[in-house]
Amino acid sequence: MLRSRVIPCLLIQNGGLVKTTQFKDPKYVGDPINAVRIFNEKEVDELIVVDIDATVKKQEPNYRLIENLAAECRMPLCYGGGVKTSEQAQRIIGLGVEKVAMSSSLIEHPSLAGEISEAIGSQSVVLVLDVRRSLLGKYSVCVHNGRRNTRQDPFEVAASVEKFGIGEVVVNSIDNDGRMMGFDVQLAEKMRAAVGVPMTVLGGAGSIQDIRGLIDRFGVVGAAAGSLFVFKGKYRAVLINYPGVVERIPVPASRAA
Amino acid sequence: MIKVLDYGSGNVKAITNIYKRMNVPCGIASNVTELAEADRIIVPGVGAFDQTMILLERSGMLETMNEMVVGRNVPVLGICVGMQVMASASEEGRRAGLGWINGVVRRIDTTELTHKPSLPHMGWNSIRTTTPHPVFHEVDLTKGFYFLHSYCFSCEDERNVIATSRYGNEVTAAVNSGNVFGMQFHPEKSHSNGIAVFKNFAEI
Repeated sequence: MLRSRVIPCLLIQNGGLVKTTQFKDPKYVGDPINAVRIFNEKEVDELIVVDIDATVKKQEPNYRLIENLAAECRMPLCYGGGVKTSEQAQRIIGLGVEKVAMSSSLIEHPSLAGEISEAIGSQSVVLVLDVRRSLLGKYSVCVHNGRRNTRQDPFEVAASVEKFGIGEVVVNSIDNDGRMMGFDVQLAEKMRAAVGVPMTVLGGAGSIQDIRGLIDRFGVVGAAAGSLFVFKGKYRAVLINYPGVVERIPVPASRAA
Repeated sequence: MIKVLDYGSGNVKAITNIYKRMNVPCGIASNVTELAEADRIIVPGVGAFDQTMILLERSGMLETMNEMVVGRNVPVLGICVGMQVMASASEEGRRAGLGWINGVVRRIDTTELTHKPSLPHMGWNSIRTTTPHPVFHEVDLTKGFYFLHSYCFSCEDERNVIATSRYGNEVTAAVNSGNVFGMQFHPEKSHSNGIAVFKNFAEI
């Protein structure tokens, strides 16, 4: 039986790990390779690593770092940050990464998804949508670490990119990022209705109950979190962790494959 | 010595690292000379069928590998698309495969799936062995392995399927014919179960 995936999401800035709140105030939380080693021991389901500098600073992906991360990972790795072409995606897959995540490049050119799928297989192409919610509750897609609001509807964007071939959508709530107050379930509901590929929900998880709640609601889903797996306690002391109880969360029988 | 084929697809280093921790001699083969030293071959893979065949051809090792596997029965383990290219063809592409195991690669049948997502089949799934096989010695079948694919192996001879996983219908998870082994999941990304599989392959 296929199980839901519980996924730590790590952000990289200047070669170190950081954690943001609402995409701001990056706090240094440690060394990426060290974190991967700890997550290996914890046997995590999967890992997402995003270089939050690469696109904004118009940098090439840091292939050396990606190669080192991939060699260390004993769990599947999804890399994102600065990927704009199918050549770059292919090179990253060649370094031993299972999935390549892209955001602004696919939002600007949905057909690029088809080109990249042809090269690396659609199962390895991941669309990441950073979404902001307005005071009136309207959702819009942002790029460049949330700094640019494209004013585009995330569900329409996801559906149009999906047509060209992708393997997963990661939907990330900017408003909930780092606040540990729970996922934006409404956003996830709308995204689930919009696409047929696997969905991973990111932004806001503050407890195992949040993750359990998401899985109860959606059946087979990716539940991703940053703060939850790098902070401990109300003073947010840095501690890489992956609570054992989440590993065996059963899928509700009604949702099972 | 076990050699992991380095042809630009899949995670070569994750596999060599796993063997290094076990103290099992293992190296990378990126040319014919290095490949010739192999007493076992691992073909990793992530990607699309045609692209993988192109990379194999470009590596310059295909002919030697074929001679070792078919001519001298050197054990070989293909992973994910590295397994799929062992079929004669795939619905995903137009190129011919290696034809080491009789069968073709088809898109996963999703008609029995009652939920979203449909494809790809992504995540940790349990497997069921069709016959007790030494390659799954000390593997926790319920915990299973990490899968990431939209196409799956369809064997001509059912007896070549040694394990399946359930995703709507039964999906081929592992195949074996003589010295040729294939795994649809990623043992190099499946923690202790994956380590067990690599250990078993080294001892077969």
